[in-house]
Amino acid sequence: MLTFITRRLGTMLLTMLCLTLVVFFMVNLEPNLRKLSISQLDMRSSDEHIESWLVRNGYRDNFFLRYGRWLGVVQKQPNIDAETGAVTPRFSYCNEPAEPYYGGILQGDFGCSTKFKTTVSAKLWPALGATGILMFWVMVVMVPVALLIGIFAGMREGSRTDRSLSVASITTTATPEYISGVIFTVVFASWLGWLNGSAASATSQGISFYNFTLPVMTMAIYGIGYIARMTRASMVEVMTQQYIRTARLKGLSFNAVVVKHALRNALIAPFTVIMLQFPWLLTGVVIVEVMFRYQGFGFTLVEAAGNNDIDLLLGCSLVSVFVVLFTQLISDVGYAYLNPRIRVQ
Amino acid sequence: MQHEYLSAFQVLLGFLVRFWPVWLALAVVLGTSFAFRARLGLYGQLFDTYVGIAGVTICLFWLFTAMFASTVAPFNPLAQILVMKDALPGAIEPESGQAFLFGGDRLARDIFSRMVYGSQIVLVIAPAATMFALMVGITLGLPAGYYGGRVDTILSFLANLVLAFPVILLFYLLVTPGIMDTPIPYTMAGLFFLFPIIFFCTLFYTRFKHRPQVLAIQIGLTLLIGGWIYVGLVFDADPLGIIAIRPNELNIFVAVVFASSPGVFRIVRGLVMDIKTRDYVAAAQTRGESPWYIMLWEVLPNARGPLIVDACLRIGYTTILLGTLGYFGLGLAPESPDWGTAIKEASRLLRSHIHPALPPTIALMSFVLGLNLLADALREQSLKD
Repeated sequence: MLTFITRRLGTMLLTMLCLTLVVFFMVNLEPNLRKLSISQLDMRSSDEHIESWLVRNGYRDNFFLRYGRWLGVVQKQPNIDAETGAVTPRFSYCNEPAEPYYGGILQGDFGCSTKFKTTVSAKLWPALGATGILMFWVMVVMVPVALLIGIFAGMREGSRTDRSLSVASITTTATPEYISGVIFTVVFASWLGWLNGSAASATSQGISFYNFTLPVMTMAIYGIGYIARMTRASMVEVMTQQYIRTARLKGLSFNAVVVKHALRNALIAPFTVIMLQFPWLLTGVVIVEVMFRYQGFGFTLVEAAGNNDIDLLLGCSLVSVFVVLFTQLISDVGYAYLNPRIRVQ
Repeated sequence: MQHEYLSAFQVLLGFLVRFWPVWLALAVVLGTSFAFRARLGLYGQLFDTYVGIAGVTICLFWLFTAMFASTVAPFNPLAQILVMKDALPGAIEPESGQAFLFGGDRLARDIFSRMVYGSQIVLVIAPAATMFALMVGITLGLPAGYYGGRVDTILSFLANLVLAFPVILLFYLLVTPGIMDTPIPYTMAGLFFLFPIIFFCTLFYTRFKHRPQVLAIQIGLTLLIGGWIYVGLVFDADPLGIIAIRPNELNIFVAVVFASSPGVFRIVRGLVMDIKTRDYVAAAQTRGESPWYIMLWEVLPNARGPLIVDACLRIGYTTILLGTLGYFGLGLAPESPDWGTAIKEASRLLRSHIHPALPPTIALMSFVLGLNLLADALREQSLKD
């Protein structure tokens, strides 16, 4: 088991290295660098001006050298003005030592956000916290509802309850966040006026039922159908097993059989599915946060990508890749732990 | 500006009447299919369940809407008729006397016509991109599952690499306006569009390598047609000028194929690993068949059931991805009538007007729902056998 986890962690690190290299390559394409320099200077800058800005801030250095600096294996050089010889930091809003130093991911320094004019850490961690709250409530709503639907549908395969619940869950899987978000806003915010169609106040005044229900509902609904269908399939399979028949034949009531004997075995498969749901939720977070103007991770990612904020975008991709791979690891380990029939060689 | 309005009932009636070519085609196709369902194999069996009938009907409805869009839609989707700005559903356009059935949007365009024309974009790109993703996934998944070992390790690592990317981030990196200045989209298109040609050439070669006359015709045809489409799509240099694709469409096409082929790869790989332990594979190996013959002519036909189901679901997923692209304003032109872009436009103005938001959302949702129902019915039928 330990060697399995170490190997998986090794693969994870390699994947993160490759992915950040790809992202680093993409954000440093010529058109993207131009976009960045134009947003930092102004719209009417001449080509020479842009070029000199890029050279001065080190964007024209060797690609691998710069990736090494971001990673923290190559020293960052202080920015020395060629004419006066004075040391000036590249960006006034980030502290930058006056002597060469190692300052990259490995040292815990995520760099400097050019869009929000602060360090990446100061922007990224609060945003992640805000998204964490959203994710928590989504999970609290999504998991019990989905499991209940799945169990009720799978309890008696082919019954009317089963069919109607199945069609309902197929419908929710056909409703991505940007659809359900619009429909819910129209119904609950515009027509009924019960809920707030924007979660912007959640960031400033704290979350409440009034401003947080719509984002949570929108995100949960897309995942519910998928998890419910997996639970149903697993429940149907368990209900045909010999030990369920035995339990029925020894005179236990149907409800007791379901609760005591079937549930525990039927919930192993949905566990994996719920864990693997995180990458999906990540995409959902971006859509929902943009739609409801909630200042979380997804909102930050879109702002960073839209303005080619190199360090912030790299930080975001690192975090999201970590979340995806880590939940995969947990799902594999948890599956092996929960299911005694699976043994990892 | 005061408009004359149709009543709600007249709007509904107008809506039904406008779709007359679609109803006609639906009636013909569904009627014949239903009458001959016993002889139509898997497709015919779909008509045994209500879920299957609903799925087929919805999918065909949108297919015919896309085909007859110019007849169904009363207005040009890009035309702006200034007096109709933000008109409510059922408002009558004074010059032609035609009604804006679902009202006008912020730029005074007919929402109904835009929804109808939007189906064209979705129904061309989503199935085509899914087919290419299937080709890429199958061509790479077969050897990964069959050989295992190092081939499998490397290919699976690459697939997991792409799958670990959040889709949105991938799209923001791959579908920005600036990227069309770089050779990246064209290189990727050149790479992906090679896979179908390689696939069909190998397919025919392994089967007919001892019958050179047949082989020559088939390889020749594959190269001719494949090469023609390839030149048209990648270099935009079709000598006949029939196949053309705009650079931004090529860009989203490539991004969608890139995002969904690792999923196909994983499914194919899993299926092959399961099927290669069967007796008929062992028999083919004993006969001395080449590995690629076994993969393409023994393993692949036996994996078709789950693959067809997956293809249905994947077209739906691709539609959702296209909508996401439109919603974030990536790739497609801002005035494009596709559903995702329309949803983006409308959702920003929900506070003032809600009627522009509903038609595209319901259209996209119903199409994906139709595909999901179809997939569900197909899965149930293939489990019965």
